[in-house]
Amino acid sequence: MNYENITLIAFGLPDQDLLKAVAGVISGSLPLPLLLKSGYLDLSEFYDPARNQYNGNSILKKLDDDYSLDSSKTMGLFAVDLYIPILTYIFGQAHLNGNTGIVSIYRLTNERYGIGKNGRLLVGRLGKEIIHELGHMFGLIHCSDPVCVMRSSTYVEDIDQKESRFCKACRTILNTRL
Amino acid sequence: MDHGISILIVDDELSVRDSLYNWFIEDGYTVECAEDAKKALSILESQDFDIILADIKMPGMDGMEMLRRIKSIKKDSIVIMMTAFATVDTAVQALKEGAFDYVTKPFDPDDLTHLIRNASKQITLSEENKILKDRVTALENVDNLIGNSEAMQQLLRDIQSVAQSNASVIITGESGTGKELVARAIHANSPRRFFPMISVHCGALTESLLESELFGHEKGAFTGAVYNRKGRFEMADNGTIFLDEIATISVKMQVELLRVLETKSFVRVGGTKEIKSDFRVICATNRDLRSMVDKGLFREDLYYRLNVVNIHVPPLRERTEDIPILAEYFAGKYCSAMGKPPVTFDPAAIKKLGEFPFPGNIRELENMIERAIVVGNGKRIQVKDLPIGTSSAGSSFESLEELEKNHIGNILEKYRWNISAAAKALKVDRVTLYNKIKKYGLNQNG
Repeated sequence: MNYENITLIAFGLPDQDLLKAVAGVISGSLPLPLLLKSGYLDLSEFYDPARNQYNGNSILKKLDDDYSLDSSKTMGLFAVDLYIPILTYIFGQAHLNGNTGIVSIYRLTNERYGIGKNGRLLVGRLGKEIIHELGHMFGLIHCSDPVCVMRSSTYVEDIDQKESRFCKACRTILNTRL
Repeated sequence: MDHGISILIVDDELSVRDSLYNWFIEDGYTVECAEDAKKALSILESQDFDIILADIKMPGMDGMEMLRRIKSIKKDSIVIMMTAFATVDTAVQALKEGAFDYVTKPFDPDDLTHLIRNASKQITLSEENKILKDRVTALENVDNLIGNSEAMQQLLRDIQSVAQSNASVIITGESGTGKELVARAIHANSPRRFFPMISVHCGALTESLLESELFGHEKGAFTGAVYNRKGRFEMADNGTIFLDEIATISVKMQVELLRVLETKSFVRVGGTKEIKSDFRVICATNRDLRSMVDKGLFREDLYYRLNVVNIHVPPLRERTEDIPILAEYFAGKYCSAMGKPPVTFDPAAIKKLGEFPFPGNIRELENMIERAIVVGNGKRIQVKDLPIGTSSAGSSFESLEELEKNHIGNILEKYRWNISAAAKALKVDRVTLYNKIKKYGLNQNG
């Protein structure tokens, strides 16, 4: 399957400079044309008052129903706290070999952890998470290479430890699927 | 990360099943889901899973009942219980019933990773434990090679000398002579002894099963291949593979085997990736492979590849002087196993054993002694405790004539050579009995 592009749709993320910088990080690892779009989604139907969080599974399904294209990989970007029923929180989510994914900036900012703002770090974190989820969408599973972008990350520190690039093994698989 | 570990998720909530499924799939695990305990038990009837992650509260059969049922079928299953309603009581109860661990939903992502990592470690430890136990058994089995006869001493010298090399070995000998013990002794004395010896009984498997057993298979390679599975060659890496009854393999398998022995690499059934394995091969057969080669039934190139060293295990009848020491060894072994006090042998019983041809070789002698320990009620094993010359030993005789001779001899002994009484018991007339006594050269002195 040859994909024409990667589409990033920002839902409630107005910072265009941040998105452009992130697009630059992604382009460094994925050689496909990148489209930046803005979208609107009423997130209230995905809100769980008991958890004060938003259901990632349901949002992903909504994106899959409304935005999925066979010719493109579509990534929804959010600013809300995402969860899935079994986990306390998630940074992002995508179906293996699927066409849509989601990532939230909510738990990627330094301010969330009581540390001073760091724009450069945020660009790196968001870029890596988007590339990671796109990797799943291209069929890659988690990697044991400590610096490969497909390494699983539980905490932001884990994201900082890895790089935005694919390791040789993941790159080889990815190249067959682009 | 290809863990080769399979997980079965059992939860009545679709969103939980989906979330866990996606999480584990992205981590490289093989995952299946069941919406209730009944479906899970049905899946478990046909497939094996390394880890079962089950919700406690489910409609119909609950998770605790399912845990009990799983544990009654497979005691060492790793079952992790989940629930949204955590209480100490249910946690303690789950662990008492044999659950590996207990978690409350929702999990912290790190908890889930650690939970599965711990379970995976447990699986690895169990597998290592099994390999170590096999290794201990192999070392113990070396002690089972018993005998003072020249034939046995020569066999032990041959084993010592061949063990140090990496050469392929063919062990020949009749059934029951202990060919596998010889193979284990070679392995246990070789530099490969710290790695596994993997045994394959070629005669017990069909061609396709043998192929899958030896080379392994990829998921989906054939109906029922639901997981990737390592083959015996792969498992024997750095160790030894023992191919018993090698003469029974098909011509197609002979070609495959030759290729593997030459390249030490192979591809799993249904796979494309070449796998390398460093193993030593030891084969055994009770047939004349050379003559099979001459008849075109066994490939000559494979024969020469396997037959670098030939070790022949002599039948018991060719080393009868070892029978007393073997009998005493087996008596000690079974008395100890059955918790009975040690026994001695009546000299007549030893004499009787020494005269018996033992067509089933050491295996037959061992079975005979085990039986004598079970049925005997004294501290001394008597002739009557040995199933020699009784109907239970009938299987030891190959020909009808041998069987008849033995049976008539026993009946005559039973009736103290009273011909009339013996003839009546045998339901033949006295003339016929006299003719049989003459024919078989039976006499009162044994």
